[in-house]
Amino acid sequence: MTLPDLRGSTAIVGVAESDLGEVGPDRYAIELAAQAAGAALAEAGLTTRDVDGLFCAIAGRGMAPLDVAEYLGIRPRYTDGTMVGGSSFISHLHHAALAITTGACDVALITYGSTARSDSGRGRLAMGPPELPSYEAAYRPRPPITGYALATARHMHQYGTTRTHLAEVAVAARKWAALNPKAFVRDPLTIEDVLAARMVSSPLTTLDCCLVTDGGGAVVVTGADRARDLPKPPVYLLGAGEAHWHRAISQMPDLTVTAATESSVRAYTMAGVGPQDVDVVQLYDAFTINTILFLEDLGFCAKGEGGDFVSGGRIAPGGDLPVNTNGGGLSYCHPGMYGIFPLIEATRQIRGEAGDRQRPGVTIALAHGNGGQLSSQVTAVLGGGDSL
Amino acid sequence: MTGPAPHREYTDRLTAGSLPYQSCDGCLSAVFPPRVICPFCGATDLGWRESAGLGTVYSTSVIAPRDADPYPVVLVDLDERFRIMSTVVDVPAGDVRIGMRVRAGIDPGGPTGPRVVFTPEERETAS
Repeated sequence: MTLPDLRGSTAIVGVAESDLGEVGPDRYAIELAAQAAGAALAEAGLTTRDVDGLFCAIAGRGMAPLDVAEYLGIRPRYTDGTMVGGSSFISHLHHAALAITTGACDVALITYGSTARSDSGRGRLAMGPPELPSYEAAYRPRPPITGYALATARHMHQYGTTRTHLAEVAVAARKWAALNPKAFVRDPLTIEDVLAARMVSSPLTTLDCCLVTDGGGAVVVTGADRARDLPKPPVYLLGAGEAHWHRAISQMPDLTVTAATESSVRAYTMAGVGPQDVDVVQLYDAFTINTILFLEDLGFCAKGEGGDFVSGGRIAPGGDLPVNTNGGGLSYCHPGMYGIFPLIEATRQIRGEAGDRQRPGVTIALAHGNGGQLSSQVTAVLGGGDSL
Repeated sequence: MTGPAPHREYTDRLTAGSLPYQSCDGCLSAVFPPRVICPFCGATDLGWRESAGLGTVYSTSVIAPRDADPYPVVLVDLDERFRIMSTVVDVPAGDVRIGMRVRAGIDPGGPTGPRVVFTPEERETAS
């Protein structure tokens, strides 16, 4: 049995964020997921009554699909609660396309919410069931930053990547955020600011780390034929690929090479395009090193050349390759898991709805998600009507 | 399942003073952390070994808490070809370098019980 041909067979027809930033102590993650879901469905000209496929993951909630379905009054005939960290939502998009194409559902809702910022210091985070013993906890790494710091140190050692290269990533994200009214931090940021910031887990400083905000997002997906009858221009899923090789950072074979080397090839092969065809890149920048590693592993430059690649404002507004045009997890929002937001921004860029940060003439956008500690990697290639 | 529970066996051997790891009888790979099945070939015959304790720092990060002394978190590649997270003691945190040769010892008072820690390995030849 062969998989159905997914290229162009499904499309994103609605996207939305919930309230972002800091929503206060009386709000709950599921409320943000529901708010985003309602807005995304409204944009699509659909309602919760139309949804028969539900895809969601919420940190700390093992039965998130049951919670969300009950809350929204959805009785799905297809449910997927895949939880692979922050990449989950791009994985959900892939799974939704498979489900729709095989007839398992018609309208898929992918939704997420988090009150990560408002939760801090409130003891609201419940303890889960015991996991396998950790062989890392005795050394008091600061998860997840230390895992990324170890990867950064190794990349510097092998390839001569510098803290200035990392700072270029943070500054580019901030410049994009300045163009996005929804971004959490928009004030100017310089290379020197990043270099002078407080070191948290060397070589990463506070300004190499993503934000901790509240927020949610939702994406509505349906078959290409139905999508063409809905209000928004369809944003087609052209290709998707997934890969993961480890969970704990001490089990990652080579800290300078991620499973995005595999997920991207799978996505490009399905889409019939390569990195040279991509107009905008939205990737999961939990830390500055992510952008460098993923630009390499997604094929935009050779391994080890990511630091030079991002230099001179190449990924900033006005640069050759727009990356994270919403400001990314570094400056726009990062509510626990960020992976739904690359899909939302990629969709808006293809529709031409990105306001001051719009790149003219976007036909193909890449969205890439990361989960765990450089663990799960999921790549999606999206395209407008001209891409079919 | 028969045989000792992997984590219990690991803890008992560590408490007795060794750095234990498993070796697959099927493909001869070193296996760490302890498991009931080989992640390289799927064999279930995993035997216990004691590492000689010599290794090389693969990567390092210094964590700087606001209210405590900085400390290094390292990944060490043991000479028996397995990797563990650990720390390096008896040296300033910032002096730990990628490529540094290190030797394992047991710290009986780790935050979660006995733990393996490393010290810099002195040069083997005096000159």
